[in-house]
Amino acid sequence: MFGWTGAILRVDLGTGARDVLRLPKAVYHDYLGGKGLGGFLLRDHATLAPGDPALPLIIAVGPLNATIAPTSGRCHLTTRSPLTGAVADSSAGGRLGTELARAGWDAVLIVGRAMRPTGIEIDDADVRLLDASALVGLDTQEIFARLRQHRPKGSIAATGPAADTGCLFASLIVDTHHAAGRCGLGLAAGQKNLKYIAVHGTGRRKVADLAGLKAAREDILRLTAASPALMGQHGFSCFGTGSIFDLMDSRRMMPTDNFARTRFPGAEHLNAHAYKARYQPRRHGCQGCHVLCKKIAADGRSMPEFETMSHFTALIGNTDLELVMQAGDLCNRLGLDTISAGSTLACYREVTGQNLSGERVLELLTGMGTGCGPGAELAVGSAKYSRAQGRPELSMSVKGLELPAYDPRGAYGMALAYAICARGGCHLRAYPISHEILRKPVATDRFSFSGKARIVKIAEDANAVVDSLIACKFLFFAASLEEYARAFTAVTGVAATAQDLLLIGERIDYQERLMNARNGFSAKDDDLPPRFFAEEGSSGPGLPIPPVPRADFLACRAAYYRIRGLTPDGLPTRETAERLGLPWFDNSIAR
Amino acid sequence: MNAQLAKYAAKLAATGLCAPGDVLMAALDDELAWSAEHDPRQPLMESVFAGLNISALLLARPAGVYQAVMAELVRQALADGGGTGQGSITPGDCETRTFLHDLPVVDSLTADGIIQALRQRKGCVVLHEGEALVAAFGTVSPEQAYVTMSSMCFACFVAYFADHLRTLRAGAMTDQRRASFARIKALLPEDRGDIDGLPDLLPGPFDSEDAARAAIIQAGRHTVEYGLVDSYFGNISYRLPATGQGTGSETILISQTGSSLDELGPCIDPCRMDDGSCAGITASSEYSAHKAVYEAEMASDSAGAGARAMLHGHPRFSVIVSLDCERLDCPKLGECHRACDTPRAVSDNASGLSIPIVPGEVGTGPFGLCNTLPPALADTTGDATGHGRGAIVYGHGLFTLGAVDFRDAFQALMDVEHFCRAEYFRRVAQLDAG
Repeated sequence: MFGWTGAILRVDLGTGARDVLRLPKAVYHDYLGGKGLGGFLLRDHATLAPGDPALPLIIAVGPLNATIAPTSGRCHLTTRSPLTGAVADSSAGGRLGTELARAGWDAVLIVGRAMRPTGIEIDDADVRLLDASALVGLDTQEIFARLRQHRPKGSIAATGPAADTGCLFASLIVDTHHAAGRCGLGLAAGQKNLKYIAVHGTGRRKVADLAGLKAAREDILRLTAASPALMGQHGFSCFGTGSIFDLMDSRRMMPTDNFARTRFPGAEHLNAHAYKARYQPRRHGCQGCHVLCKKIAADGRSMPEFETMSHFTALIGNTDLELVMQAGDLCNRLGLDTISAGSTLACYREVTGQNLSGERVLELLTGMGTGCGPGAELAVGSAKYSRAQGRPELSMSVKGLELPAYDPRGAYGMALAYAICARGGCHLRAYPISHEILRKPVATDRFSFSGKARIVKIAEDANAVVDSLIACKFLFFAASLEEYARAFTAVTGVAATAQDLLLIGERIDYQERLMNARNGFSAKDDDLPPRFFAEEGSSGPGLPIPPVPRADFLACRAAYYRIRGLTPDGLPTRETAERLGLPWFDNSIAR
Repeated sequence: MNAQLAKYAAKLAATGLCAPGDVLMAALDDELAWSAEHDPRQPLMESVFAGLNISALLLARPAGVYQAVMAELVRQALADGGGTGQGSITPGDCETRTFLHDLPVVDSLTADGIIQALRQRKGCVVLHEGEALVAAFGTVSPEQAYVTMSSMCFACFVAYFADHLRTLRAGAMTDQRRASFARIKALLPEDRGDIDGLPDLLPGPFDSEDAARAAIIQAGRHTVEYGLVDSYFGNISYRLPATGQGTGSETILISQTGSSLDELGPCIDPCRMDDGSCAGITASSEYSAHKAVYEAEMASDSAGAGARAMLHGHPRFSVIVSLDCERLDCPKLGECHRACDTPRAVSDNASGLSIPIVPGEVGTGPFGLCNTLPPALADTTGDATGHGRGAIVYGHGLFTLGAVDFRDAFQALMDVEHFCRAEYFRRVAQLDAG
């Protein structure tokens, strides 16, 4: 095959066994790789409880990895979330995807639980398991420093103290500055006693039509050059994802004080320009990317992404840039998801009524990530914490996953997308910010639900493809599957149009909904916290930010269910599953 | 949704791309909505919807000269397709290269044919009973289908007339082609500037943001009404002086990316020239070029003055003339849009008009027009009174400057297009005679 090797590495940490799983070619054609392949490998085990040794953790690449297709260096992780109980998946940057593809593997499927903390080291076909006990308790910076001494080449992904101590939103840190951040994927690794995975590959992906791939690449690069959001003077390439910060302020949709308000006084002094002036960052990016949206400060710390910038300021009432830098750095060292960490802090702040000093913020984060001292009780995330405090309504989450930094009262497509997202409160699955804020491919009315049900459905399908090919979703502010379909065909030799890929994306998305339904998720979980329907945002002159109209939201969600082929209760149907070629189990849907 | 459908169907008619009633638009959320009820084309479009994962669809019969050039091009593309019933038109203009890539063609009006073409690209041309029809879709809103249709009309217009001149230069003209050209030429509408003259634009300088916004909105609307730009392309900006109360930085007010110049309203971004804010992340793709031009203007004027207004349109004959080159054996043929290093210009000795033509792609990047346009504009002096400053980006469009308001910039846009139209037909006549 071109684009795939047909080899999946299966590692049983319980027995130490390693073998090669080979799937029929049709599986690759139907699920592509990455997110799609991860879901395929998970689905027969999706009802296993998080922490069950038999529950697989999958790291998968796609056919575009390790080719010249732009932004194809990422990989995708999939399992069941210890935080939410829903399907957990996350795209991870750095070089891990490229190295895995070059090593000749389409995926690594990890099952079992090691007797002691273990590292998996992969050098092409050579796979070794090593005792990683010495790394337990160290922060990720120290872990990377130690591992790089004997593995200067290749990619390394490691968990930090948060995973060691059972934090439900522990992340997996990749190549020092990147993360598989959400859903507790770091803890999923920790529950297997997997401390790190290091990969170095020396092979090359076979490409069916190099000239065709170069042509597709040129089209994509031309589109990104025309994108102000990506390559413009105020865009991601110059300022990182933090370049969105000013827009969220001017659009009055910056989550403030645990989403009680939508505008943060003084935000103009906390923007990406302010960080750039103070920390003199350099550009850095994932393997195979020309945008280089990642920024690293002159002192070596990772610059905060937009979500971190927003949640560690407006959401918790902080105006100190350096505290944001310290908090972000601490989260990376501990292996904490910054979105969940920031939102859980904000929830704590509102529940307790305490204002948080800088010292207190760092203290609480340390507690979350080490499981001891103040903040340890927050390691369960905002949903479980607020429930334990008798204030469940103060968790700003969907399905237990904390919301990112776009207030849904300022973008109704985002409101729907948050609610129905299979992994919970996530902005990236449908990414309506693209059209509701960044005007791509065209602008839509952000205060209207009109048309949003189908827009969200199509976007979810498209982004499922992006996470399976694999590419970076940011590129789709400029390019589309029209161009990437040509790259896919050129790499694999499999004729496919954007519409063919969208059908695959629909299958991948529905596969997740089938798994969630078997775990008891339904319409009751496809909802936003009540605050958004009851409280006005921070309205301004000529710009009212009313509560999300509940009736309109429900009507739009019902339309989404019809378009997606779900029942009025948000459950999958046999008819749609069969249309998409997905297996159906009579007892598969939890009632 | 119905309002959007009606709006964009009406815009196609208002801009002369279609006759009223010759366009049907539909949008699908969980139910279909139509721009016109009980239309006989509905069953066909329903079938197309059933075959594609889309949210909006357009089927239209282009009018006038657009119909004529599209019909010519689709027949040629089908002939080149060797009887397969398929093929594609590949215009050489910048917008097509960047956003549409090429335009698939279909030889019959069937749902399956349209579906197959739209699986490849955002829009297609269908040959039906000797006429060209356009089908285009959107995955977000009907506006996408409208933009694609509008862009296709522009691209085909430019492609046809540019190709005619190229054919003449190659010595490959046929009587049949010559006759078609005469017929199509007769369909060209009169130059709006010849009829109405310069619109009554607000006089500058503008010292307040409100005044500058009003001038931008007005000039943008007229740029579309005069046919100097299509769909949502083109952009416009004004450099506002720093105020005592503000940030101390000059501000560029510029149209947002993907905004229609005739509907700017709130779609104008204020961008501080000191880059103290990233609010311009939604600004035009050409913000970098605008900013570099203004910086060059300020640097070249000892008082820090220089041009304050900048207007960018896609006047058709300016684009067509920019594509015309005598060097048919140039080793950089096919790379002209980014690699041409031959100094080129359109010049009129009689009026003193001299407009450089430079390469450059949309936006930034190593070949971006942000690298080529600013020095080209900086070198322009205009006529004896300093009016008429502008530059054409190859296959893309015309950028013009105004000292204090948009009157100069608009006048230059009109004058250059007027000259290029005459110059085009002068070249055709000269080559055909020779």
